[in-house]
This record gives sequence, C-alpha cells and structure tokens, in this order.
Amino acid sequence: MATNKKRDTYLQAIIKQGYSRRDFMKFTTFMAAYMGLQNSAIGKITNALETTPRLPVIWEHYQECTCCSESFIRSDHPIVADILLDKISLDYTETLMAASGEQAEAAKHDTMKKYHGEYILCVEGSIPMGDDGNYCCIAGKTALEQFKEAAEGAKAIIAWGSCASNGCVQAAYPNPTDATPIHKLVKNKPIIRVPGCPPIGEVMAGVIVHVVAFGRLPELDRMGRPKAFYAKRVHDSCYRRAYYDAGLFAETFDDENSKKGYCLYKVGCKGPMTYNSCGTIKWNNGVSYPIQSGHGCIGCSEDDFWDNGPLYERLTNLPGFGIEATADNIGKAVAGAVAVGIGTHAVLSTVAKRKELKKRINRGIKNEEDLAE
Amino acid sequence: MAERIVVDPITRIEGHLRIEAEVKDGKIVDAWSSSTMVRGLENIVKGRDPRDVWAFVQRTCGVCTTVHALSSVRAVEDALDIVVPPNAELVRNLMVSALYQHDHVVHFYHLHALDWVDIVSALSADPNETSKLAQSISKWPKSSPGYFSDLQKRLTKFVESGQLGIFANGYWGHPAMKLPAEVNLLAVAHYLEALEWQKEIVKVHTIFGGKNPHPNYLVGGMACAINIEDPGGLNAERLAYVKRLLEDAKTFVEQVYVPDLLAIASFYKDWGAIGKGFGNYMSYGEYPTNGYNDVSSFKFKQGIILDRDLTKVHDVNHRNDDIQEFVNNSWYDYDGDGDAGLHPWDGETNINYTGPKPPYKHLDVDQKYSFIKTPRWKGKPMEVGPLARVLVNYVKGDKETQEEVGAVLKYLDVPADALFSTLGRTAARAICAKLSSTWGLEFYDQLIANIKNGDMRMANMEKWEPSTWPKECKGVGFTEAPRGALAHWIRIKDGKTENYQQVVPSTWNASPRDPKGQRSAYEATLIGTPVADDKLPLEIIRTIHSFDPCIACSVHLYDEHGKPLTGVDNISMCTV
Repeated sequence: MATNKKRDTYLQAIIKQGYSRRDFMKFTTFMAAYMGLQNSAIGKITNALETTPRLPVIWEHYQECTCCSESFIRSDHPIVADILLDKISLDYTETLMAASGEQAEAAKHDTMKKYHGEYILCVEGSIPMGDDGNYCCIAGKTALEQFKEAAEGAKAIIAWGSCASNGCVQAAYPNPTDATPIHKLVKNKPIIRVPGCPPIGEVMAGVIVHVVAFGRLPELDRMGRPKAFYAKRVHDSCYRRAYYDAGLFAETFDDENSKKGYCLYKVGCKGPMTYNSCGTIKWNNGVSYPIQSGHGCIGCSEDDFWDNGPLYERLTNLPGFGIEATADNIGKAVAGAVAVGIGTHAVLSTVAKRKELKKRINRGIKNEEDLAE
Repeated sequence: MAERIVVDPITRIEGHLRIEAEVKDGKIVDAWSSSTMVRGLENIVKGRDPRDVWAFVQRTCGVCTTVHALSSVRAVEDALDIVVPPNAELVRNLMVSALYQHDHVVHFYHLHALDWVDIVSALSADPNETSKLAQSISKWPKSSPGYFSDLQKRLTKFVESGQLGIFANGYWGHPAMKLPAEVNLLAVAHYLEALEWQKEIVKVHTIFGGKNPHPNYLVGGMACAINIEDPGGLNAERLAYVKRLLEDAKTFVEQVYVPDLLAIASFYKDWGAIGKGFGNYMSYGEYPTNGYNDVSSFKFKQGIILDRDLTKVHDVNHRNDDIQEFVNNSWYDYDGDGDAGLHPWDGETNINYTGPKPPYKHLDVDQKYSFIKTPRWKGKPMEVGPLARVLVNYVKGDKETQEEVGAVLKYLDVPADALFSTLGRTAARAICAKLSSTWGLEFYDQLIANIKNGDMRMANMEKWEPSTWPKECKGVGFTEAPRGALAHWIRIKDGKTENYQQVVPSTWNASPRDPKGQRSAYEATLIGTPVADDKLPLEIIRTIHSFDPCIACSVHLYDEHGKPLTGVDNISMCTV
C-alpha cells in the first residue's frame, strides 16, 4: 500500500481535528465493547488505527430512502461521525460530499484508479434490473452500470441495510422494478451484508472500524453478516424474554399486559426469528429499541421480511424456533422452553435454517396466491 | 441561443432528481425538473393488510422519517372511522415537533448553509470579533474568543492537511459569497455543533417509537403504553427524558439556529427578490389540538393562498376532485385518457419508462421526462413547504406566527413581499422550527396533565380486528411534512388494501409540467434566477435548496452539447 503512505493515520487526523489521544482511546474502547471483543483487542484496534493509513471508501446510492446514511450519522459516540466521515477517506458519496458534477465523478474515478484493489465500496440501495435498468439512472447511467464500474476495483463491498442486502421494501411482492440485492450482481468480491432498515448506526461504525483496524473482513455467518452483530436473535437478548418464558403476553396493544411490559410475541413480534443487536446495543445511544417502546420487532434485518407474513400476526409454527406449540401453551412448558431456547441458535444455523428457508418460500407462495385472489 | 445546463443527480430523496435549465444573458429562462428513480411502493402495498401499510410506505423516505407512517395510519383510521386517544395524538404531535426541529436545523446547517457560508474565509476571521458578534446576537454560552480561536486553529490544520474531504471543491471565494469572515467562522462553529445536536433530538422518536430512523407507529394510536409505575411502560423516567430533549432542542433553536439565520440573511437581502415562483401556496396543516378530525384545531392551519393574495385563504378538500394527478409528462400510463387528471382515490401507477436509453446526455423534455406525477389543485400548481405553512397561519390570524414573521421582517428591515422568495423560504423554515419548539413543550405539558388526571390510554383497539371493518371503505391521511403538504389516500376492500396513492411534497414542487404547460414550483422559481458564472451556478443551488428538496447535493452540470462544465460542484450535505 505504498500509495497510501502520504495520507494521515487515524490518530494524526483525529489530533488535527482537535481531539485528544484520550478521546481516541475512548472511541476504540467503545468500539471494542460493541464488537464483543476481548479487552486485549482494544490495544490491537488502537494500534491499527494509529498506524493504518486512511482507508479509501466509495459510497454509492441506488434504490434507497437514505435511512442508512441517516442512521450512520446518528452513531452516538463523540467522534464516530468525525472518524467515519473524515477519518476514513470518504472519497465519494452522493449524499455527503461537497463536490459534485464533474469533480465528484472525477474524485470517484481517481480513487478507483489510484487505489485499485484497495478501496472499500459501500452500497446503499438495491439495483433495479427491470426494463433494462431504466428505473434508476444517475447522471444518465443505470445503477447497474454505476455499480459494476465501482465494484470492479473494490477490495471488498459493504452492503448497507436491507436494500443492498436483500432488496428490502421495493423487492417485496410483486417487486415492480425487479429490485435486486447486490450480492446477486457481482461475483468474486467479498461482500459484507449489514441488513436492517436501517442498520443500527453503531453497527455500521463497528463494521467499518473492524475492516480498518484489522485490515480484513469481520467474521461472517453463513448469510454473510458480521457475527459480532448478527449472531443472536433479538429474542435471545430481549429484556422481556422472562415474560415469554413465563407465558406472560400482551394480548393486544395498550392492554393491561402491554402496560406491564409483557412479551409482544402474540401481537406479532418477530424477535424470535430476527438476528440483530437491537436488544443489546439498542438505538440512538442505547435509549430504547422497538420492543422496549411497546411495538414488536418487525424483523427488518431478515431476508424478505416484508413478505414474511403480516406484521401483527404471531408466528405460530416457526421451524427452528424451538417452540412448536403456540404461545398459549408456552407457559405450561416453561422449563422445556428455556432448555430448547438455549440450543436454538446452534440448531438454527444448520438444519433448521434450511427448513426455515423452505417455510418462508412456501409462505411467500401462499402470500402470492392470496394476493392473486 | 440559450445555454442548456443539466443538473444531475440531485440526490437524497426517495428518488434521484435532475434539473435541466436554459440560461440566457445571465438568467434562467426555462427549466425542467425530472426524477430518475422509481420503486413502485404504491403497487407493492396493494393487497396488504392496511394495518401494515404504514411500515412499507414509511420507507418512502428515511430523511423525513415518520411523516409517511403518520399519513398512512391517519388514512387507515380515517377509512375505518377510528378516533385515536388524546395521548396518542399528543405523542404524534411530539414526534412531529421533534422532526421539524431536527429536519429544519439539519437542512439549514448541513444542506443549505454552505450555499451562503464560505468555510475557507473563516480562516481569516478575528476570533475576538466573532466572539463579540456571537454575544451580541445570542445568549448561547459557547461564544468565548478562546472557543472560536480553538475552532479556527482546528480548521486551519484541517485545511492545511490538504485533505478537505467532504468540504473539497466548495464555492469558496465565489463572488456571490457575501459574509464577513467573522460570520463565516460563527457559522462553521455551529455547523459542527448542529451535527452533534441532531443526534439528541431524534431520541424523542426512540423513546416513543423505539428507533430513529423509522420509528414505529400503530393504527389506532401509538404502541408505547403508559405505565408510570412500571419500568416496562412509558414511565416517569422516559417522560422526564423527553422533556429534557425538548428543552435542549428549544434552546438550540432559539439561541443558535434563529440568530444565525437572521445574521446570515441580513447579508443576503437581495435574495428576497429571487426565486419568487407563481405565488400559490398550500398547507394541509398539522398539530391537532382537538383531534385529527377537527382541522380548525390545528396549530398549523390548513388552507390555500392564490396569487400571493394575503387577504383570502381557500379551503383544502382532499375528498373531492380538487386534487388530481396528471401523467402527461411522467413515465406512467393511465388506463384511460392519458391527459386526464385522476383523484388519488382513483389513482393509477402503471410505470412505463419511455425516456432515452441510458447512458444518455439529455432527456427529451418535449416527451415525458420524469418519474414524478404532476398534481394540481383545481388545475393550478401549488408550492408547498414551510413558507406555505407560515403564510397560511399568518393570514388565518395565528398570533404567534404573526409575531415571529413580524420580528424577522423587522430585523431584516425588508417588506412583507420579500417572503415570496428564496430568502423567504429559508426564513420561514426557522419560524416553523421555533414555533414547533414552543408548541412541543405545550404538547408535553398536556400529555403530563392527561396522565395526572388518570387518562392512560394510548391506543384505540376497538376496530383492530378486520372483522369489525366495513366491506369497503376509503380514507385520506394528511400531514405537513417538513418539506410541505403530504397526503396518502387508501381504499380498503375485504380487509385488504385495494388502492393506495401518495402525493408527497416533492410531487407538488418537483413535478414536470401539466397538460396546460404550467410549470410546478421548482421549474417556475428557477426562471429569472441570475447565474453570474455559468460554470459555478451557485444561484441555482440556493433556490433549489430553499425548498429543502430532501435531495441534497450532487449537481452535475453540462453545457448544451452535453459536455460537463468544469469547476462545478455543489451544494450540499457535506458532513451529513
């Protein structure tokens, strides 16, 4: 990476910004904690950020609502926004950069050329494949063309949010524009999928910091998601889990049980099938998360969640969930439920995941039939 | 021959925006506005459970997040005749208040300010003078000479590093930049402070809706059940947290945003005569104080002003054919007459792209040229946004609005008709934020008073089950998004969404021409805008940004041969 030597390291850049080394240490500690790393890793991250040149990043926007960018700037640590907007070398982002027009394009092409094989490509949004790509054009070019150009020399690609990871809302039935997630459109490139609508800001920061600090991708699960943030179900870390295990449920919104903070499973909570960090990291500097504010998880980080049944319909026989009985019977089998619950993750990541997939496909087909009627 | 300029893409909206404009003798003589991205959300929600639709359509926009969810639940509640409990109405008002403040501040500092503020010039400011200036216009405590001096040092190091990052290639040194260095330094300080501040006020959404962006809503009320005795509910700790957030936000709006706006605007009074447009303004109103069905109770009033006539306000009717959408210049087909207008309840979204095959240099503006439909009120184009909101309130006699408008006009020493302009739009936004910050605390006090009186209701679930619904019904839900009048129309049949149409602020403002050839707001306001240097058309960006187009940045400019003009960059979002 000889070409990078002239660029400031993160620490130098931070000090130029007027922050102290102490601020820097706070930041790395915070990131290590969020990423679930050992204490000893703090030193590694710190060292890496101090000595690693700024990583060139190109951030593209296609079919999206910009909620990912918005979430990103909410990452609530004093210097997260600075580090990620200034300290990585964000050489191109339609949303964020001052330059545009010829200079913006030139900046992007410079980075693509100068750092060929080194830069990280971040993608926010899906790519419409319908009608030859006419459904999303930027500067007169289709999103697909823009994406292929940028992906060619990327070291790795980060698929921000559900749009880039699974197509999100525009890919929901009947997917009028044939919105397509990016992993289906590029081969032979490492892709990190960071699903969620949007992903939690600190998760986005954590993924980038991991890449920067260790010079490699974080450990990914079979779905291509960073294990650090997507290894656990929202259900597993839910503070209302005890109510679930005890069979205490809100029967409808604003009833006595929901006022007591009982489990929202019967009003449609998708926490039991959703892999995300909402229960641990929470949102907006840990202020709350959907379940804490009384609404079930809608499963926004899961593939095709928009077609995975109505929002307020409880998940009765979700395979791999470990509870084949309905919620009404759960209280009767508390001990068994806990035991099965513990083993669930291991099971899910293997056989049951495939079953779950099949079930979802079937459900999707049924939805289609219902819609056709 | 007039020079043809192309501006593409202007992003940061639920689509990508492109503007083509003809410049002659230093002024824009014609303009076309085009959106080049479509997702088809209106078709995706067809056949879905109406109670779920808010979540789908909320994803229309992650910037003004919540407004589409709010319009959607209101549309379904209207269709099913559901009245939400007063507490839910107040919580919704609080969320809108937080959104207005967040959105307007972020727009001013991070989307719009760099059209007026020269960051490089701030390097030569005298921090002592900046401090004096700051203390003369505001009580905001961060105003010592040392504070500005430290910032200036930080900024100098940043610039000297040669890596300007997102500030690279701004309009630094452009002749249309008029601020003294000291004012520039002040604005840069607050640009950075606002970036930190914006993370805080959104926590109101997190407390009530679980997250931001995209907090949760609920047909029938809100999901955040009240229980002041229990950690599991909306309790005293949560409510106290909301109050602190609202108070802190109000302080920032009053002590930073408004004084900065006035200080900066006083150097740009000439923009009170630029970007006038056609002078029709429409506001749907917001902040019900006696229920959504009592429009007269709204703090932001509903109404229409025509031809800048401030003596009369016309009524809005969402249910008759007053509002219609046309697709004569949009990439859609209607099953019937392609030049006809359809009321949104009968609206159609049959996508049919007929534009040039990409890659292309120019759109054929004689043919259809946008994915945005063209809405009209009684056949007339309407401008929507904070200016419309403020004007309607002013004419309808709202005392607080009149005081705020009067104070701004007095401070700037400009006549009332300076409001109909690029400057007026930008000033009106600050007035909206200030009113919202005051009213937000009123709503908060009312919520506390209700709870004190024993009213704990947060959702009306009587008609939750589809078995209680009529076989067929229809509804409309409207709000004032930060960017202007927003409404969703739904038809429900057999418990499912039969048809769904959204007419959003950008539809009104950014749409292509109608069958009569009338321009919508972006196209109309650009006409007459001066372009001093066609290689650096800062003026176009100022006027387009004055609408807060939810589409910051990235303006690509081309000459009439489609060749990119060099030296042009943009506007925008910089750090955000």
